Amino acid sequence: MAVVTQALRSEWTKIRSVRSTVWTLGLAIVVTVALGALISALTKKDFGNLPPRDKIAFDPTFISFAGMGLGQLALIVFGVLVVANEYSTGMIRTSLAAVPQRGTFLFSKITIAALLAFVVGMVTSFAAFFVGQAMLGDYGATLADPGVPRAVIGGGLYMTLIAVFSMGVATMLRSPMLSLGILMPFFFLISAILGNVSATKKVGQYLPDQAGQKVMQVVTVGSDTPYGPWGGFAIMVLWVVAALIGGYAVLSRRDA
Amino acid sequence: MIELEGLTKHYSDVRAVDHLTFTVRPGIVTGFLGPNGAGKSTTMRMMLDLDNPSSGTVRIDGRHYRELRDPLRVVGALLDAKAMHGGRSAYNHLLCLAQSNGIPKARVREVLDTVGLTSVARKRTKGFSLGMGQRLGIAAALLGDPRILMFDEPVNGLDPEGIHWIRNLMKSLATQGRTVFVSSHLMSEMALTADHLVVIGQGKLLADTSMTDFIKENSRSYVRMRSPEQERLREILRGAGIDVTPGEEGALEVEGEDAAHLGELAARHRITLHELSPRSASLEEAFMRLTAGSVEYHAHENHRPPESPAQSPAGPGAGWGADWRKKGS
Repeated sequence: MAVVTQALRSEWTKIRSVRSTVWTLGLAIVVTVALGALISALTKKDFGNLPPRDKIAFDPTFISFAGMGLGQLALIVFGVLVVANEYSTGMIRTSLAAVPQRGTFLFSKITIAALLAFVVGMVTSFAAFFVGQAMLGDYGATLADPGVPRAVIGGGLYMTLIAVFSMGVATMLRSPMLSLGILMPFFFLISAILGNVSATKKVGQYLPDQAGQKVMQVVTVGSDTPYGPWGGFAIMVLWVVAALIGGYAVLSRRDA
Repeated sequence: MIELEGLTKHYSDVRAVDHLTFTVRPGIVTGFLGPNGAGKSTTMRMMLDLDNPSSGTVRIDGRHYRELRDPLRVVGALLDAKAMHGGRSAYNHLLCLAQSNGIPKARVREVLDTVGLTSVARKRTKGFSLGMGQRLGIAAALLGDPRILMFDEPVNGLDPEGIHWIRNLMKSLATQGRTVFVSSHLMSEMALTADHLVVIGQGKLLADTSMTDFIKENSRSYVRMRSPEQERLREILRGAGIDVTPGEEGALEVEGEDAAHLGELAARHRITLHELSPRSASLEEAFMRLTAGSVEYHAHENHRPPESPAQSPAGPGAGWGADWRKKGS
């Protein structure tokens, strides 16, 4: 256990001593909260003009999370840089010489980064919720409403898992540019397209972000997904576990 | 003590390291010599368990690297001066390494002081020169006060003062009874620091010998002869049963003959000599001769298959050993 404690302490020093940690995580909070506030404010202004169907399906909690689609990109960059910068800088050889047990090395790194992403994810989620509800005014929800605490906590967990998924993918791909080049368009465009085109919707709804976002929804009128909020979250967890297993398999076998 | 046994590494069809078996002993500086691409760095990476051997083993004081508890306290290694995150300060770079092996924080300051980087400890390493990076890498190697030290091309990028410093450092580490293993592609550098030599070429072990023995066996002495009647001189020498090899700038080189005897022979045949000089080959040349057949990257004016460097019109300063091949042909 001593080895693990030492490795965790070392990874904490590593993560707090580079600037990319601060700006990626800071950006995640700012972008998510600001964009959520803006969209909430616009929604309030426009609420009267909405068709009745949309008024019934109106989900004030989910609206306040509207910035997460963009904010998650900052967490993806965070997750990718934490892992892939070891490779791009050559630091990986120094790191593995210091901690040759590769499983200990990888999971210490991911644990520290995931804890940090969790704290930032929770702060982001709660901040986005409260600011968003303030903007929505009378149309807003409160934490006392049924399903809302689950959605807000789920939002924080969602952001954590997006970061951890990125770490797993980056461990497999090793290159920061390649990892970002795949993950960014995937989460920003491809997943959204697959999830919204009726022909591919059946497949798209099982993608990590599409499934994971289910946990952040409170009003699910008109939704036809075959899983519930935690069911969707579990699907995302499976994706993350698969990415981590893949990452560990690559790291444990290949030359550094 | 580091023991290699049958250490082999294939990359698809290339054998980068080929059945290396040797022992690096404590108390002396062991030089690890070979031309570029001979497999030195690959071997060192396998010693640290960074690369997996295709076959064979490396034992560090009898154990596999991965079995070491707090490996930095046992083996300190400088592999690549740039193997660090440029955005992290020198102090934090060393601190995260120290923490990973349970080395006290105070030791970070000590090694920074040892390598002379205290004034830039809080600076990000991105702005470091190659020499400063090299010093930081050496600080990292010394961090755990290890019994075994490995340096891959440590003098690269260092100024003369730095080179002098690292030479003395390696010698003093060995004097303290530590195992010091240093790679280089420069024989002249090794001659100044190493007590023992391990020479490899194309992944194969070429020599494993003490420096003294290596010098004794490999310092070739010969007589250089130059004459306006070069062809006739050659014929006469051959006629007298003397082996002649062509040397630089059209000179002839004769091994195993006394200069006086050769001069008398020329005089008897009334040949004008412009030069008659006894010479001994430098260690650098001895090393080149040893590795001539196993050089990975020859410089060629025309692209030719690496099997036939002898025919290439390589001038002075061409690839490793090119001159020696020319002499031998």
